[in-house]
Amino acid sequence: MSGTAVVLITTFLASAVEAIEMVTIVVGVGATRGWRSTLIGAVAGFAVLTVVVVVVGAALTAIPIGALRFIVGALLLVFGLQWFRKGVVRVAARGLAGIGEAESGEAERWRGRGIDWTAFVLAFKGVILEGLEVAFIVVTFGATANQYGAAVIGGVSAILLVGAVGLVAHPLVTQIPRSFLQLIVGVMLTTFGTFWALEGLGVEWPASDGAIVALLALYALTAFAYTTIERRRVYAVNGATS
Amino acid sequence: MGRLGSGIVGFGRFWYDFIIGSDPLMAVAVAAGLLATAILVRSGLNAWWLMPPLVVSTLGVSLRRAGRSV
Repeated sequence: MSGTAVVLITTFLASAVEAIEMVTIVVGVGATRGWRSTLIGAVAGFAVLTVVVVVVGAALTAIPIGALRFIVGALLLVFGLQWFRKGVVRVAARGLAGIGEAESGEAERWRGRGIDWTAFVLAFKGVILEGLEVAFIVVTFGATANQYGAAVIGGVSAILLVGAVGLVAHPLVTQIPRSFLQLIVGVMLTTFGTFWALEGLGVEWPASDGAIVALLALYALTAFAYTTIERRRVYAVNGATS
Repeated sequence: MGRLGSGIVGFGRFWYDFIIGSDPLMAVAVAAGLLATAILVRSGLNAWWLMPPLVVSTLGVSLRRAGRSV
């Protein structure tokens, strides 16, 4: 598989994980409070994310590749491990279930004129909070792999796809197995984080880029083993309490 | 607290959640592992073998701790 394809798949899946929650929040707010202010809030959120991607992306090009790989690798490693851990716990507990419906918090429909600031802020915050981590992953992943265009295409296409599904058939979005996707992305980020962080420190991997495949296999097996152990623990706890 | 203050707090919280997350053990273990690797590389050892098992074992310990606290 080429480097471009790996970057596309990783950023697409990472963005899909957060886009599911993002779209669920925006569609939930739009359906209850009204669409106009909700969509303006969502667009404003995406505008801020675009600025973040451009500014951080430009800043990263000024860092030497060795230091960039170490910094980005270390950050992706700690962040990827968190998704890895959450993915194991959630898949063990809920299997391939989706996230369910989001609570909009302010269910009353807006009847006034002008902007409904509640809907605007809820949609804006939903996009920013769910999108900031993905924006960071897309930018750093793209810059470190020297595949900035592929990373942005992967991230944006996932948000557009999940957004389109959310607008046309909202319940479908809540059925996507987000926890399983999160586990897959956690494994991929941990793999690339380990590889880049150590390369940045001056380590020479055996088999060069082939080490990525070995790391991926090791972490995928780890995910399978820990999910199986965690599932047994969950069943044991549930069996003891029921 | 003004808008600027809450913005700074929110920015700090984002980075704390991003790097530390729900279990500080993993961030500490990764930092210690990278530091140890850097020292070994400086002393001439190609220490590619240190981090992968450390990552796997740290994740296992973290999951075990989470299970105990339920």
